Amino acid sequence: MSKFSLITDGFVKNNPTFVLVLGMCPTLATTTSAMNGLEMGLATLFVLVLSNIVISLISPMVPDKVHIPVYIVVIATFVTVLQLLLQAYLPSVYQTLGLFIPLIVVNCIVLGRAEAFANKNTVGDSALDGIGIGLGFTLSLTVIGIVREILGSGSIFGWKFIPGDGILAFVMAPGAFMVLGYLMVLFNKFAKKN
Amino acid sequence: MEYIIIIVSAIFVNNILLAQFLGICPFLGVSNKLSTATGMSGAVCFVITLATVVTYLLNKYLLVPFELEYLQTIAFILVIAALVQMVEIVLKKISPSLYQALGIFLPLITTNCAVLGVAITVVTKEFTFGDASHMLNLGQAVVYAIATSIGYGLAMILFAGLREHLAMNDVPKSFKGLPIALITVSIMAMAFLGFSGIV
Amino acid sequence: MVLCLTGVCLVCAAILGGVNALTTNPIKEAAKKALVESIAKVLPEGGNLSDAQSAEGIDEYYVSSADTTVLAYAVKSTTIGFGGPLTVMVGVLPDGTVYNTSVLAHSETPGLGAKCTSDEGFMNQWKNFGPEKVLKVKKDGGDVDAITASTITSRAYTVAVEQAVNFVKSLNKQEE
Repeated sequence: MSKFSLITDGFVKNNPTFVLVLGMCPTLATTTSAMNGLEMGLATLFVLVLSNIVISLISPMVPDKVHIPVYIVVIATFVTVLQLLLQAYLPSVYQTLGLFIPLIVVNCIVLGRAEAFANKNTVGDSALDGIGIGLGFTLSLTVIGIVREILGSGSIFGWKFIPGDGILAFVMAPGAFMVLGYLMVLFNKFAKKN
Repeated sequence: MEYIIIIVSAIFVNNILLAQFLGICPFLGVSNKLSTATGMSGAVCFVITLATVVTYLLNKYLLVPFELEYLQTIAFILVIAALVQMVEIVLKKISPSLYQALGIFLPLITTNCAVLGVAITVVTKEFTFGDASHMLNLGQAVVYAIATSIGYGLAMILFAGLREHLAMNDVPKSFKGLPIALITVSIMAMAFLGFSGIV
Repeated sequence: MVLCLTGVCLVCAAILGGVNALTTNPIKEAAKKALVESIAKVLPEGGNLSDAQSAEGIDEYYVSSADTTVLAYAVKSTTIGFGGPLTVMVGVLPDGTVYNTSVLAHSETPGLGAKCTSDEGFMNQWKNFGPEKVLKVKKDGGDVDAITASTITSRAYTVAVEQAVNFVKSLNKQEE
């Protein structure tokens, strides 16, 4: 496996949202606009890369029986670090993402990658895997955010190009499920063939 | 009166699955069959209520007095993980039949974000009653936790019923499985939006 | 086994303690900066700002004055919005004209009520909102344009402004 494919796998083949179907809660809740989706994706990327690195470093020393609690503690530590840093330097991002920052702890993507990849691979590979999956997650969230923002508010990244209010349902809960459902259909149709 | 507001708003208006998007992974994962959906809802209800009480007390009497609020996330998730383990052990000893019914779902619950989500919401968010807002007291927190998990169960069981029928229908290939399920949830969420006027 | 878990917990707690110590001040400063910026936004330029003063019916207020004349008041006022408390900083001139407003904290629905921080039509109408206009949304017979599909948020916002204006009026009465 080449180092490059470790990163690109996260985009299509192992796309966390459309193929692995992990981390659905933040995917649905924070994608009300393209910017929010992007911010959430980057926050998850941060935790994913750091926890992958640390877990691949410590996993040989951790007894099998307690490996899950240890991983959770490591992940929770990085999440809290992120929470404090955001509060201090990017308070507006902290306010938009709110509850979903601490909930990165229970995002199955992070623990899933620790279990499936980081604990049996080298530090370098685990970091690359974290970057790949994290970028794939960020990409999916941003795409969902873009679609919902266009339909719901008539704008992209806050830049308004359709006058009027848009279809409000797409900003609210039903739109989240619907956009994700239809994007998954498109993904199944076109991307999975290769 | 306050309790009625909490109950109605937690079950219908701010349904944890359809409006707050918490606990979606198990929702999509185990809603294939009505029986597993019921089992999962029961287990979640049990753990959410217990976890909320413990984390509420932990926050109030340990973290806040010692100014350790920044340890909230890590402390809560450890409490939940330990609690799930404990419930598993106790159930195995006391009621093997209940353990059989809930057993396989329990380990999954640690990473169910609904549990951590409710625990954090209860200790950080101000709730609105009429024209004032304040933090929940212990009684209200328990009622909120129970009502939220009833809402979780309601949405889960309704959806599992729909999904059992869905499985028998002939849907286009790209829609099979999750996509059509998500579109169905979307329509359900739309129906639940209709409740938003009642509180 | 237990040793390992305890060790990991201790190391993590130590790291968090360190990060917390490092970020405590920046967090406080960020909150203070947000407050100062919102005050600057809602008040006319010039004038010396007083310290925070508390009063009944509102959270707190600041007086901006040149020599002995009062130029304006910045009033922090909280009401209940759709998703929870909504805190607005309102700049009020002594004659009861709203100079400008700015949202300090809210928990409204993104894309709906949360537009009270981004919808230009809604935000700009508060600039020089004269005392002759009625502080109620148009649906209730007033002069405030509500945000589309977010009447509850718009009403709450209006009430927050109204509280601030009434407070300034009551200050004026005391002085007379």
